[in-house]
Amino acid sequence: MKTIGRRIRRTEDARLMTGRGTYMEDLQPLPNLHHAAILRSPYPHARIKGIHTERAEQMPGVKGVVTGRDVARWTQPFPVGVTAPVEYYSLAVEKVRFAGEPVAVVVAKNRYLAEDALDAIEVEYEPLPAVVDIEKALEPDAPVLHDQVGTNIANDRTFDYGDVDGAFSEADLVVSHKFNFPKFSATPVETYGVIAHHDPSENHFTIWSNFHGPFTLQSVMAAALQVPSNRLRIIIPKDIGGSYGIKSGVFPYMVLMAVVSKKVGLPVKWIEDRQEHLFASSSGTDRVTWIEAAVKRDGTITGLKMKIVDNVGGYIRAPEPASLYRTHSNTTGAYKVKNLRMHTVAVMTNKSPTGLIRGYGGPQHYFPLERLIPMIAKQLGMDPADVIRKNLIAKDDFPYRTASGGMYDSGDYQKGFETVLECAKYDEWKKRQKEARAEGRYLGIGLACIVEPSGSNMGYITMALTPEERAKSLPKSGCAEGATVSIDPMGGISVRISTVPSGQGHETVASQIVGEVLGVDPHSVRVIAEMDTSTSPWTVASGSYSSRFAPVGSSAVYHAAQKVRKKILEIAGKQLQVPSEALELKDGKAIGKDDPSKSVSLRRLIGSAHWNPQALPEGVEPGIHETAFFTIPTAMPPDEKDLVNGSVTYGFVADAVLVEVDPETGQIDILDYVTVHDAGKLLNPLIVDGQILGGLVHGLGGALYEELAYDANGQFLSGSFMDYLCPTATEIPPVTVKHLETPSPLTPLGAKGLGEGNTMSAPVVIANAVADALQPFDLSIDTLPLTPDRIWSLIRKAENKQPILEGEK
Amino acid sequence: MKLKKKEQTTICLTVNGRRYVESVEPRKLLSDFLREDCGLTGTHVGCEHGVCGACTILLNGSAVRSCLLFAVQVDGAEIRTVEGLDTEGHLNPLQEAFSEHHALQCGFCTPGILLSASELLEYNPHPTTEEIEEMLSGHLCRCTGYKGIVKAIEKVANRNPKFTHES
Repeated sequence: MKTIGRRIRRTEDARLMTGRGTYMEDLQPLPNLHHAAILRSPYPHARIKGIHTERAEQMPGVKGVVTGRDVARWTQPFPVGVTAPVEYYSLAVEKVRFAGEPVAVVVAKNRYLAEDALDAIEVEYEPLPAVVDIEKALEPDAPVLHDQVGTNIANDRTFDYGDVDGAFSEADLVVSHKFNFPKFSATPVETYGVIAHHDPSENHFTIWSNFHGPFTLQSVMAAALQVPSNRLRIIIPKDIGGSYGIKSGVFPYMVLMAVVSKKVGLPVKWIEDRQEHLFASSSGTDRVTWIEAAVKRDGTITGLKMKIVDNVGGYIRAPEPASLYRTHSNTTGAYKVKNLRMHTVAVMTNKSPTGLIRGYGGPQHYFPLERLIPMIAKQLGMDPADVIRKNLIAKDDFPYRTASGGMYDSGDYQKGFETVLECAKYDEWKKRQKEARAEGRYLGIGLACIVEPSGSNMGYITMALTPEERAKSLPKSGCAEGATVSIDPMGGISVRISTVPSGQGHETVASQIVGEVLGVDPHSVRVIAEMDTSTSPWTVASGSYSSRFAPVGSSAVYHAAQKVRKKILEIAGKQLQVPSEALELKDGKAIGKDDPSKSVSLRRLIGSAHWNPQALPEGVEPGIHETAFFTIPTAMPPDEKDLVNGSVTYGFVADAVLVEVDPETGQIDILDYVTVHDAGKLLNPLIVDGQILGGLVHGLGGALYEELAYDANGQFLSGSFMDYLCPTATEIPPVTVKHLETPSPLTPLGAKGLGEGNTMSAPVVIANAVADALQPFDLSIDTLPLTPDRIWSLIRKAENKQPILEGEK
Repeated sequence: MKLKKKEQTTICLTVNGRRYVESVEPRKLLSDFLREDCGLTGTHVGCEHGVCGACTILLNGSAVRSCLLFAVQVDGAEIRTVEGLDTEGHLNPLQEAFSEHHALQCGFCTPGILLSASELLEYNPHPTTEEIEEMLSGHLCRCTGYKGIVKAIEKVANRNPKFTHES
């Protein structure tokens, strides 16, 4: 039965809708669990002169208090992939570097008592000047966060591809602008949670957490805890209440609770609260970009120069500064630009540390790149759609090698772009806009085309190092993932995946794939999504990030199922006395392709593998338990010229948006949003559309509402959901999603990753539409989020500078 | 009721048709009480300040946030949580519609939304799309973008005029 590619309802749903999911806070894996509460710094930057814990230790139910001194004694700073000597521990040691940084931990019988005791801890601080602004942190007299580093720069690299100077000297026009992208999060509704248990008899740690690794961070944690990696067992429950990348940032707390468990000699549970989460969990970086484009009179972009500076907060921590490099291979986006110069900088300031987030680096990158297109169009007197058309990579150019080394596997960008214009009725929108302007209303149209990378190459993270620095250690490449398909003696089919889903329906899609390959009903296949580093088939790349399930994780499942299929057919071939190639699996049977009278039930074949191994064909092992690991060969290490293919598959997204802006209030109303996707073959369109819409709304939040805001002194201003605004149902515009399916030649099912694309495109396409709406005013849209307050202020400023065009009002 | 800070007090209430007599501290949140003392971990806590809506339950038929109430305040009340919506594993029409329209991904916010939607449909069996969105605006979902949820509720509203959360 054909099940791959069908809109199949999710197997996860029944338990999640009846309250029978198993999330982190629901777990009680050990007796005598105690609860931890964390004391946090009220200062953004201060020296810790003393911590007095005696009173807290005497309080009822309290079992122990842990401070930075314990953490410095029992752990090493977390390793990070830059050469700057930054020391980051799970608890502040000597100094705090952001408001909300953990300073001490109390363990007590329950959370209420642990929180009571926090009030009894006295910390003496010596406040220091703080810096949160990217450009200020780079000034020579800025407060320095890490004395041993000497500056606030954690990483600094330059790249030069093609003939950039030639392109700029021959340009008819140079367009340049500076853009500011804000710090925002994804605020999963479930906060971080950790249970840690130290067994002193074996010096073995077991940690349960709603982390979505292990990927490279298991080794980072083992290094911090100074144990061999097989003494750090990480277990991740099958249900995670959303992550969108953010929960990778739980790893410092996993190490912290491991140390706490070791010191107090008890298993410890910690559930973060919402204020802690907003203050100090993780987020995307805020970024300043200086961008310059060399342009020909006909709109052709011949060269790009970019300086990008990411704010990684108080401590650079793994996998940062990867936010700078995740889109490095697709810097030139959907356009044929061969000359590129980049300067990438990671700066540390007194904000909370950053990490993975849906779109990782993409929203920050496409905001300046795609904002530039209408700016170029305006200067040349062209329609932005024509500037896009002029520069899009052509269908025949695939596989396309980008200036920085990316290898776009497949696509038809022209078709995608023309489809979005057609669905949006672009010409009609332009007519509506003209009519509205005549009535004194401000409608605007935004367009954006982006390339959506998926399936990260482990090697891209090493772009933070120079080729010489990289040459000193083992090259890094690949995107490997493992999966196991097994069948028990009574015929029950199980699949073990290591893709650590947090709502993306991996159990459903894995059962579709295995069901189809083995010719059984997918509902009969049981998928185990729980991750256990002691027993799951995992690699250094395993986890949920970079939309890697569709290109990589599902491919591992497919190959493991194929191994099982091959084995079953071999057994059937012997029993039926026909070559196994003449058989297929269908409706629970092995059956002759040309001779249906040759048939034997799957159950019987499986039974012989378990109950009667003597009858197996020669060379076939007993039992049915096959593991496959899958990687894609184009995920090569970066070369000595800094060329890198940072992802294995590249999808395409084209967006068109129509907005209306009220100049009296600054309010933005999104009238229509059309998005066209090409993510290769879709594995389950029901899940696909859900992922796309979720990613779009995340991007919409970043465009219009969400910001982790700080005042100039480093005090945090968005510590509750009343201050940090997330989109709700009433803010969602009409959205039309269309699909093209250009298969990837690199994955067995032709699938590419998806779900991050609109997080990357929505901020800029909305900004383009707003800028278009406000063309009659002399103002620039170069900073997000586009709050009514910001728009209103821009309009008032523009009005004071130059009254709005005659006849407009 | 006058109580001292840490003095335990006994409360008696009905949750999903089962009677509970339990001793609690006055400061214990209803959400913690349901999860820890009743073992009903389907009620999720997302913000503890009444914005995200994940902890929503039905208190004497009305949708309320269990993180904004103390357990001692509900002495004598009748409560329904997400565990009380299905019948021995058989999903109710609202749950069926949620699955059909992919109205949930991670599922963490879903219990609260199901209960608020149940309340809405109980008192207003044919809500307009705007009324559904208005109700939903009291809930944060970071996965779905809400459209599937709206469609699922619309489907139940149109198909089954006599829908109640007990069907």
